[in-house]
Amino acid sequence: MNADLIGSLEQITRVVGVRGAMVVSADEGLVVAESSMEGIEGAAVAALTAGVVSRLARATEAAGRTPPAFVHLQADEGSLLAVPAGEELLVVAVTDPAVNVGLVRLELRRMAEHLA
Amino acid sequence: MRVIEPWVADPLQRFLAESSARLVLLTTSSGQVVAQHGFTRALDVMSAAALGAAIMASTDELGRLTASGASRALSHQGPSRGLFLSGFDLPQGRWIGLVVYDRDSSLGLVRLFFDRLVGELKGLAPQETPAREVLASDFENELNASLRSLFGR
Repeated sequence: MNADLIGSLEQITRVVGVRGAMVVSADEGLVVAESSMEGIEGAAVAALTAGVVSRLARATEAAGRTPPAFVHLQADEGSLLAVPAGEELLVVAVTDPAVNVGLVRLELRRMAEHLA
Repeated sequence: MRVIEPWVADPLQRFLAESSARLVLLTTSSGQVVAQHGFTRALDVMSAAALGAAIMASTDELGRLTASGASRALSHQGPSRGLFLSGFDLPQGRWIGLVVYDRDSSLGLVRLFFDRLVGELKGLAPQETPAREVLASDFENELNASLRSLFGR
């Protein structure tokens, strides 16, 4: 199972500009599997991303909308992208600023659909 | 938040702000309370401190028996709240942190910021003071003083 997950994550990290990808447990914010996260504190990214996505889901719920299907957090030195995979997991990518976001999103959604 | 050791206050305040934990208890390995946040009754604090110390002692012993070493952390996920229990070493000896969190936080966030709290405490902890003999009268006086500090009574 873990080898499958790593293989799927490597599909994401093959996209130019993706620095790392991981599967995160949505409720606990813990790393389930990760790939190519050099120089990135994986446990911190997992915990904080799950926290952000959870709060966004609650905000959209309060606003009478469905939970986000894709989260793109853009910063000066790169982006953090997350796609929920069912109710229990998140697929997350950390990227450089110049990445093709559409392509990464496609790969994230493919993996999320596979996991859900 | 109430603290017995003043140097604990700032790191603990940061931990509370960052982790969104509901209840926090820092104790020595024998269950003596060093700081607490969120508890409203002294009895609850004393019970939680004693239970936390007992659980850590049991799991440490279990770790030794099974050759897996002393336990670093335990977590328990309830239907609405989670509990995180972790031991760490300071010049003062082994301390225990007990953290209760709900949907505003997660095990990952609590673990992440608890590790940072421990790092800060290690940096701020005064050097160990020489151990002195503990007398029954001292124990009762210190317990009462601790309760006054923790609950302002």
